[in-house]
Amino acid sequence: MIVKDVIEKLNLEIFSAPEGVDRVVKGGYTSDLLSDVMGHAREGQIWITLQTHKNVMAVATLKDLAAIILVKGFKPEADTIEASLAEGIPILGSNLEAFELSGELFNILK
Amino acid sequence: MHLEFNVEGGDFSNAGSASSQIKRVLKQLNIDPSVIKRVVVALYEAEVNIVAHAYRGKIDAEISSSGIVLKLEDEGPGIPDVEKAMTKGFSTASKEVREMGFGAGMGLPNISDNSDVFTIDTIVGKGTSLNIEIKFR
Repeated sequence: MIVKDVIEKLNLEIFSAPEGVDRVVKGGYTSDLLSDVMGHAREGQIWITLQTHKNVMAVATLKDLAAIILVKGFKPEADTIEASLAEGIPILGSNLEAFELSGELFNILK
Repeated sequence: MHLEFNVEGGDFSNAGSASSQIKRVLKQLNIDPSVIKRVVVALYEAEVNIVAHAYRGKIDAEISSSGIVLKLEDEGPGIPDVEKAMTKGFSTASKEVREMGFGAGMGLPNISDNSDVFTIDTIVGKGTSLNIEIKFR
């Protein structure tokens, strides 16, 4: 599955880096703690979080994550979008809560 | 190969830039991706620690054919109880830093888990030095 499939199936908003929708999705990771994601997320996963600041892009880039989905209608900050564009890793959005969105992502990936 | 970076305390907008530059260099050197991942995790955590806790610091990276040696020296408050600081979940980060998703007490354990050699030298009121070594094998 690629990011584009996830966007369509979960009806996600694209905030930035639409050119990254062909990235391959190998799983998901849900956490708002950056060190948890640094330590435990794996390459190619989609990261579900409510953190909107630029450091999420640093983590996503260093870990080679497929994309970021912001929950509950949160929007990325301007410099987060800039970093996303520079790295080509899309930031997506959903109005669902992390629990519900994680469940939906889990279902389409299993 | 020798690389040096300066890190400013409190400057979260640049946190991770040394890690990303070193990641790029290691990729160009065709280092095993699983080793690069460990270097990146350990260095990012150490870099963020300087930003979150110290006034300023310096990162010194020495890359050889056998591995990478990272030395991080900061001017800062130092660590009064290193054993406690190494405990998963223990953190002295400020409320603001925690709200950003840092300060979960996982930084030093993440460094330790991902390095072959990890030592901390610290003087309270002066600063902290980390030595992190990761072998390429």
